[in-house]
Amino acid sequence: MALPLHASAAERVWYYALRLIAALVLFYLIVPILIITPLSFNSEPYFSYPMPGLSLRWYEDFFFNERWQAALHNSVIVAVSTTCVATTLGTVAALGLSRPNFPARGLVMSFLIAPMIVPLIISAVGMYFFYTDIGLANTLSGMVLAHTALATPFVVITVTATLTGFDHTLTRAAQSLGANLVTTFFRVQMPLILPGIISGGLFAFVTSFDEVVVALFISSAETRTLPKQMFSGIREMISPTITAAATLLVLFSTVLLTTIELLRRRNERMRGIRAS
Amino acid sequence: MTASAVPAIVRAADGVPLKTKLRSVERARQMRAVLLVLPLFVFITVSFVAPILVTLRNAVYDPKFSQVMPLTTAAIKDWKGDALPDEAIFAALAADLRQTQKDKTTAFVGKRLNYEISGIRSKVIATGREIGKLQSDPDRQAILAMDPVWGEISTWAAIRNASATVTSFYVAAALDLRWTPDGNLINTPPEMSIYRDVLVRTMGISLAVTVVTLLLGFPLAYLLAMLPPRTGNVLMILVLIPFWTSLLVRTTAWFVLLQDNGMVNDALQALHIVDHPLRLIFSRTGTIVAMTHIQLPFTLLPIYSVMKTISPSYVRAARSLGAGPFYAFWRVYFPQTMPGVAAGCLLTFILCLGYYITPALVGGPADQMVSNLVEVAINRENNWGKASALATILLVATLILYFVYNRLVGIEKLKLG
Repeated sequence: MALPLHASAAERVWYYALRLIAALVLFYLIVPILIITPLSFNSEPYFSYPMPGLSLRWYEDFFFNERWQAALHNSVIVAVSTTCVATTLGTVAALGLSRPNFPARGLVMSFLIAPMIVPLIISAVGMYFFYTDIGLANTLSGMVLAHTALATPFVVITVTATLTGFDHTLTRAAQSLGANLVTTFFRVQMPLILPGIISGGLFAFVTSFDEVVVALFISSAETRTLPKQMFSGIREMISPTITAAATLLVLFSTVLLTTIELLRRRNERMRGIRAS
Repeated sequence: MTASAVPAIVRAADGVPLKTKLRSVERARQMRAVLLVLPLFVFITVSFVAPILVTLRNAVYDPKFSQVMPLTTAAIKDWKGDALPDEAIFAALAADLRQTQKDKTTAFVGKRLNYEISGIRSKVIATGREIGKLQSDPDRQAILAMDPVWGEISTWAAIRNASATVTSFYVAAALDLRWTPDGNLINTPPEMSIYRDVLVRTMGISLAVTVVTLLLGFPLAYLLAMLPPRTGNVLMILVLIPFWTSLLVRTTAWFVLLQDNGMVNDALQALHIVDHPLRLIFSRTGTIVAMTHIQLPFTLLPIYSVMKTISPSYVRAARSLGAGPFYAFWRVYFPQTMPGVAAGCLLTFILCLGYYITPALVGGPADQMVSNLVEVAINRENNWGKASALATILLVATLILYFVYNRLVGIEKLKLG
């Protein structure tokens, strides 16, 4: 969109104004995330520049303090278990949903996606009541159950998206050649939709690993997760260890989600379609 | 007229009409598809829908008072409410309060009645303590002598309300409404009404954030869609990185930036825009700035993807027909972006309604939203009925908007970046 030579003065102003506005908005979007990273290397417990010196003491605190390590440990256990359960359930459901002639697909889909739409606080309160009744509150299994409910919509959406435009004659061909349903899935369908399954799984992992509201309600001091530890850290006494934890989380989710993006592009390229 | 040689019904090899056979195969396929979805359906029902249903139940069902005060609950059923209760009801109250002294539940009774009449809690506890000390249950006269509160009809009306297991009290209270003893729904006195304010505030903050994200997101989306794909995609990364970063981390970043001696204030002072540090943390401004930062990509991305599909020929045609650049933009380009604008704004508004983390960390007491009240009701007041009622109201609002979103945009179009 280069400025044409015959542009009027007003158009010129608009041309530069638009770029200025866009630059300011981009600045607003990216700077808060970039600025927190250097602060985590501050040698003093302050949150302002210029920094008196550099140190790794907040990272040391993060990696060697028992509170942070216990929280990290719980988070990893919960997120990995959630990913396994959510990916399996979500993928199987997406396979069913994308069959032609699935009855009331829109309705069922809205139902399965609901945990993503309903405000977290509502899910959290309900889970607090219900999981306390059935004895799952304050347990890691309860956390996995809750996080799986919140994470499966992401798997369902990604895998369903990968399955649109899936050539069903391939499965029919496999079946006509004598493969049963399970073999057809593992040998024909899965290799083709694997990028979708992996991105869904990564989304599930990130959802669980970042989730704090439900964790605040249904986890105890022993089963607290990393985000819960961060949240109470900010509320009670803000220590720069939180910036170290935040930096690590930014790094971690950027790596994971770059992987998702690369997988998505590869999937589009391989199948020669442009998913809109 | 000769009879056709073609048989009327085409049959498969085993003699079953082909149509029937096809239908049964189709049905079997459909069954298989349903069976694949079933596990997740059951899982979501148990882990997610059941908890929601429990919340809805708790909003209108509260048996605890009637369990703690069984005799009074039974006795007060027939009370008309036009005069002070008779001896039998007073006797039931005395017996129940004596029992609560043994079970240490008098405080609960006081707390529950306090929802209806503020300040009654200590009087109930004091009466309970006195009854507990006596050798035998006091009679009507003796109880009336303990505290004048037992001589008021409103006290007994409150007891009758509290003893109902199915009650609209919590939902009404969450809307700043209450039942009078004679069964009319009235507004709570202004000094005790807070919930409508919070509901209006929640809507207001959500609306403000939606408008600001639109004002900031639209020009950026427009530029990104207009730029050559290579430049556009690189700049898009700057939008996607914040989108991918967790909400808690971004709220933490704003918490750090908005401190009184934080970087935003440092920058404003260095640029001589302000002399004194502004109060940004724990303020409405801070809350909206942080929420807008988090929601901006949600508004921007749907607008961007719609803009990508708008062919430049329309604006060019308008220009060649004599429209000025701004007229062509406003009358030809802008209307075509409306589906994206509607989708993005609705999504942001829905998500804003349920915000909890950001107002809790960056907002002050006057910036708390419905979600924060729910949290306080659970964790600090231990008032499950109130928490459930507030959650129910929030849920209804969200579901209505979700329904609109689904109609306008279609849930299948929801994208994840």
